[in-house]
Amino acid sequence: MSTPPSPADRIRLAVALDGAGSHPAAWREPEARADELFTAGYWVDLVTEAEQGLVDLVTIEDGLSLQTEDRPRPGPDPRTDRVRGRLDAVLVASRVAPLTRHIGLVPTAVVTHTEPFHLSKAIATLDYVSGGRAGVRVRVATQQRDAALFGRRDLTDLTYADLDTPAGAARLRDLFDEAADYVEVLRRLWDSWEDDAEIRDVATGRFIDRDKVHYIDFEGRWFSVKGPSITPRPPQGQPVVAALAHRSVPFELVGRTTDLGFVTPHETSQIGPILDEIRSAQAAAGRDEETVHVFGDLVVVLDESEAAAQDRLARLDEAAGEAYRCDADIFTGTPAALADRLADWHAAGLSGFRLRPAALPDDLRRITRGLAPELQRRGLFHDRYEASTLRGLLGLPRPANRYAA
Amino acid sequence: MPQQSTPKKQIHLAAHFPGVNNTTVWSDPASGSHIEFSSFVEFAQIAEAGKFDFLFLAEGLRLREQGGEIYDLDVVGRPDTFTVLAALAAVTDHLGLTGTINSTFNEPYEVARQFASLDHLSGGRAAWNVVTSWDAFTGENFRRGGYLPQDQRYERAQTFLRTAQELWDTWRGEEILADKVTGHFLSTPTPGLFEHHDSQFDIKGQFNVPRSPQGRPVIFQAGDSEQGREFAASGADAIFSRHSLLEDGQAFYADLKGRLAKYGRERDDLLILPAATFVLGDTDTEAAELAREVRLQQVSPATAIKFLEQLWNTDLSAHDPDGPLPTIDPVESDVDGLIAKGRASVRRHEDRLSEANRWRALAAAKGLTTREVIVEVTSRQNFVGSPETVAATIDSYVQADAADGYILVPHITPGGLAPFVDKVVPLLQERGVFRTEYTGATLRDNLGLRTPSIERSATASPAAS
Repeated sequence: MSTPPSPADRIRLAVALDGAGSHPAAWREPEARADELFTAGYWVDLVTEAEQGLVDLVTIEDGLSLQTEDRPRPGPDPRTDRVRGRLDAVLVASRVAPLTRHIGLVPTAVVTHTEPFHLSKAIATLDYVSGGRAGVRVRVATQQRDAALFGRRDLTDLTYADLDTPAGAARLRDLFDEAADYVEVLRRLWDSWEDDAEIRDVATGRFIDRDKVHYIDFEGRWFSVKGPSITPRPPQGQPVVAALAHRSVPFELVGRTTDLGFVTPHETSQIGPILDEIRSAQAAAGRDEETVHVFGDLVVVLDESEAAAQDRLARLDEAAGEAYRCDADIFTGTPAALADRLADWHAAGLSGFRLRPAALPDDLRRITRGLAPELQRRGLFHDRYEASTLRGLLGLPRPANRYAA
Repeated sequence: MPQQSTPKKQIHLAAHFPGVNNTTVWSDPASGSHIEFSSFVEFAQIAEAGKFDFLFLAEGLRLREQGGEIYDLDVVGRPDTFTVLAALAAVTDHLGLTGTINSTFNEPYEVARQFASLDHLSGGRAAWNVVTSWDAFTGENFRRGGYLPQDQRYERAQTFLRTAQELWDTWRGEEILADKVTGHFLSTPTPGLFEHHDSQFDIKGQFNVPRSPQGRPVIFQAGDSEQGREFAASGADAIFSRHSLLEDGQAFYADLKGRLAKYGRERDDLLILPAATFVLGDTDTEAAELAREVRLQQVSPATAIKFLEQLWNTDLSAHDPDGPLPTIDPVESDVDGLIAKGRASVRRHEDRLSEANRWRALAAAKGLTTREVIVEVTSRQNFVGSPETVAATIDSYVQADAADGYILVPHITPGGLAPFVDKVVPLLQERGVFRTEYTGATLRDNLGLRTPSIERSATASPAAS
């Protein structure tokens, strides 16, 4: 399997923004703006900081349900010591877009219960308001508590243990097949207007050439969508589609339909097998010629010395009342040591990284003011934004329209 | 002028970014993009410079068709409402942001969280124009299809709105402590808890957006039927109406305000804001001439035939627009059999033959061609004249209770509002009927609406059981 071709083999950097940071006690840090998490200014400042560090894109976390800890008991989570509540991530990204100029904006969107028609035009519009910097990270909703917010179908909870049973595996397959259909509809709708459909032909009185606006006529197991979109083709043609993946079925989604996968290896030896699965899915979908980036996800706790970083993680864990564990590996150390790790993993085939700051804004600043210059010194990171669109930053061409003659 | 015993009513003004219809003269060299964000920024900033209350966006969830083909004579294409409003919040400070969002092809949980998010991100400037539709044509773009019987659309809209209000009210505003010392982010472990079951919605969980600056966005309603009027009287904060003429406006105004008492509401709790166009000239005569030119641009010969087909409900592509109206009678049909799809105005033709006969009488009385009839019957021009005349007319209409203000639709995008802001707004300010500075912190404040208490919302709904 080959590594993804990219115009410059530099590391791409993404930063994952979620509340006060990915650590559950992040909001208690001295620098945390815990009482401003639901204000526009908070998000503008974070994304501006990321842009000053030449970060390629930010993702903005989202979910339908109120956050909860993984617990066996049903019903409300009894805790009051964790951040709860979120703003709609697409709207946060859009609010930030006019105040930034270069950085990619990739909100998370749930695709299990929502309407592909609405999300397609929302991301197309984000692409317009950002001048071609939009993407979307698609996410499935596996829990009954998400289904209950819509009341349109029953889904029993899908736990990690269930995934190893035949019934659980089939449910997971269904959720991701639906997600693949959803992405197909997003993409067809983005192409449903050809770039030159608006003609403003005064002589004939026609505003559009209707031969350049297309029905998508999608019919699938979960929904059918006629089209065309109400929103003309966005500046990038196809905004960037991303997904987070931890096992085979989601790896397949990454390879089949996305431009960018986020994966969570904990050691170097895991990277090759993950890439093999994604590249196989890519080949099976006939996408060998396309670039699908695979970024490694890491939680980062960064400080001046490794000891200081470990102390800070210990302080966070103590405030949380337990050691932090999550799907991604937790890196603790200096920006230089992180640069070593990223260089190794980049050499192992990952084209970039999505760093999840444990605490905001501290670990974000260590990325922009410590890690980014360190990677630049090593010739592994750009020293200016070399493209005006997110696809451009990722080395992706502006794609031809599938409906153009 | 005699001394008035009561202060004059203050006028509310809003700016409607032109939608997808023939109001916009896209062929004019001054007409810019309808989709590039720069057009929205320019339009919003002109409105804010004019101290307008809010910007208004319409919505249509399927491209319109006529005779089985996508309609191509008007502006086509628009952005996602929520997304563009959130971006406009970044480039304005005071302007309200009103979005039309359909209650048929959305779910309350999602819409409630989008409006609550928009309200947070704009610092309390969000408003929702609640509309409803039932047609299977639009439904073909959605998971749920066109399932809704026509007579259930207001039931759906009303329960949708009530459900959204329940969701917004699940957070009362005291839940977030963010107390780093004690370690309590929340004051309660169960914020946002809700359970709602009725004929339309069967949902439960915890709403995940904390209470927004306005608590609830300002609610607009746009329907005109008996059901629509009751819906508005029962819970809307403002009406986007089509009754922009003096006597028509007064009748509508009196009717709506008269319905409020039975819901325990005061006269000032519901604003009547008709949509209106304007044409300004240095003199009234010049404005009238300009208005005539604009009308002819809006109703080209091809457009006249399309309008004709919408009432006659049949193919009239061979008809001469400069000749008399057709002698054949219109074809009656239900919604699914209409020649024009995705157009609310066409659905309003309930008795086609009577309407056609009115057009014929008009043509006979004035000696009009087909195109001239269309120019006359589809007229949207309300305020035509010199700036002095337009300011005086708007003021007199508002003082005469024909409206509480107007939602202005310029015929040029994005700059068409600028002459009004430059020339008419100062005259309204001189008359003491329009603000010179924004005074409120939120859209609700600027509209002079009371902040709804969580308790009051529960009683304002007549259908609550």
